[in-house]
Amino acid sequence: MLDFIDKLPVAEAVKEITKWITNTFSFLFDPIKNQFGDFMERFAEFLVGIPPTLVIAVIAIVTFFISKKRIGLPIFSIVGLWFIYNQGLWEELMYTFALVLISSILSVIIGVPVGILMAKSKTAEVIITPILDFMQTMPAFVYLIPAVAFFGIGIVPGIFASLIFATPPTVRFTNLGIRQVSTELVEAADAFGTTGSQKLFKVELPMAKRTIMAGINQTVMLSLSMVVIASMIGAPGLGREVLSALQRAQVGAGFVAGIGIVILAIIIDRFTQNLNKK
Amino acid sequence: MSIIKVDNLSKVFGKNVKEALKLLDKGKSKEEILKKTGCTVGVNRASFEVEEGEVFVIMGLSGSGKSTLVRLLNRLIEPTEGSVLVGGEDLARVDNQVLRKVRREKLSMVFQKFALFPHRTILENAEFGLEIQGIEKGERSKRAKESLELVGLTDYIHQYPEQLSGGMQQRVGLARALANDPEVLLMDEAFSALDPLIRKDMQDELLELQETMKKTIIFITHDLDEALRIGDRIALMKDGSIVQIGTPEEILVNPANDYVEKFVEDVDRSKVLTAEHIMKRPETINLEKHGPRVALERMKDEGLSSIYVIDSKRNLKGYVTADDAMEARNKDIRDIKQILRTDVPTVQKDTSMHDIFEIIHNSPVPVAVVEHGKLHGIIVRGAVIAALAGESEVRLDHA
Repeated sequence: MLDFIDKLPVAEAVKEITKWITNTFSFLFDPIKNQFGDFMERFAEFLVGIPPTLVIAVIAIVTFFISKKRIGLPIFSIVGLWFIYNQGLWEELMYTFALVLISSILSVIIGVPVGILMAKSKTAEVIITPILDFMQTMPAFVYLIPAVAFFGIGIVPGIFASLIFATPPTVRFTNLGIRQVSTELVEAADAFGTTGSQKLFKVELPMAKRTIMAGINQTVMLSLSMVVIASMIGAPGLGREVLSALQRAQVGAGFVAGIGIVILAIIIDRFTQNLNKK
Repeated sequence: MSIIKVDNLSKVFGKNVKEALKLLDKGKSKEEILKKTGCTVGVNRASFEVEEGEVFVIMGLSGSGKSTLVRLLNRLIEPTEGSVLVGGEDLARVDNQVLRKVRREKLSMVFQKFALFPHRTILENAEFGLEIQGIEKGERSKRAKESLELVGLTDYIHQYPEQLSGGMQQRVGLARALANDPEVLLMDEAFSALDPLIRKDMQDELLELQETMKKTIIFITHDLDEALRIGDRIALMKDGSIVQIGTPEEILVNPANDYVEKFVEDVDRSKVLTAEHIMKRPETINLEKHGPRVALERMKDEGLSSIYVIDSKRNLKGYVTADDAMEARNKDIRDIKQILRTDVPTVQKDTSMHDIFEIIHNSPVPVAVVEHGKLHGIIVRGAVIAALAGESEVRLDHA
């Protein structure tokens, strides 16, 4: 009774659409793949080229000041980073860091304006909300397939997949933050004759700052997790070590690389959280 | 000269606005319209004019539409119908650019919960309106400081709002509005969030400031005492309509309908009514013409036990009692000066009833209302009691 029609060719349709997009926009994808890929490669190499001692020292100092001169986070950073260096994973760490940094920055650049648009327009909110739900609930692995189709393998598809997976929190929290600004404050801004952009930059964004920062924190953590998954399509870094340990059933090596990711995650998380404290 | 002229201003919330407006024109009540169309009538054809330099109070209970009405004035809420004329321009119809200009230069608003920007210092808050107008930093900081000085907050300019008490925060709100040097101040329940003592201080201060500033103030409140204290004129609202506009005395003494009457019933009338409202025309004798005999005669006619004595220019000289006059007649004393008593209890026309109580309580004779030495009227105990009871015999003959 349920078989009143044949199986709908959804998978085929998506495949065709992806193929069409790949071919039609190759003029766009190819330069991104090549030039952005080059840039990422050079940026990561640059990070690798800095003496580890210097990197550790700088991070320790910055975290010291950003966490209000408490020594917990700086000490954790020094010990954790030294441990990663000691395990011979420094280069992988730098690659992972480069990926997380760039994809988070791109997520914020895309996510904040979209969030503002959602906050300002009911229609935009109605349209964008289900898209965000879709982006976040679709298993992350699924993005890897079109990413490879568009950008081949390597760093760039990794960042692409990470963007899709990690941008939604920034969008949602920006929207939420702006909508949460109390009506009286919005009225006050209006009553003094603000233009739309004056209201946005002088009242709404400053008021929503903490909420937006919480969203950005989420975005950074999600892009870190995606960067690990993206190792399956050839994104370099700590994730690749985990993946190869998995493929060879090397419990020890997998654990060490995993610990490296955890250390990086904790440092980044505390760092962005402290940025949000006044 | 009226600075704001509001004509037939209405606001209907809901989807079926046209239908609701039709029903409004037919004179249907707010409830009926809600039942038939699902629309809520916020403000129902309000019309009034506000004169330059006056404190115009819009007063009503919660849900009466007063907050909606004030927001229609600067179009924070879009009017459904009617016009708001400010300086010859109908704010209900101007485009956004003109509206912004009017909001920046002519109308400033003070909010119930202060609505200060928590991420800005006190000075930056006070500068806000000027900053929006694009006035350069030095100038706006100078003007904001002047305005903060007016409200007595010079020492706090680098603090943040959360560091200040409620009363001080609202002073910042006031300073922020004044910094723009607007023609009209819109104050939406500006003092309602403050505790009673601070509220009273703020009312006094506002009145004091008003003495020198002579701004036009439209003040929204749900507190009748506050309205009576600071209002030059009061508009009373009920269910979105203005039911009466008048001076505090007019509203108290001649309530336009049962609603207003009920409303003013609980007011402490002793704080509002003054000697002028309850005094009556005095029976007198003339010091230069009349003797004890005339005095006694007149007291007998009017049923009094004492009578005031004046000279030909109506200057109050004292009073004589019936007992003294009787004795003087028996002893055949002709000159009234010999029995004249001068320990006269006097008040002025604007002395509040509250203050009259004590004087009249200790006085054997009616209290004299005296202005520049001349006798204007007398107050008998009965009138005081009648006025407190809210009886209608209190008239505004002198107002």
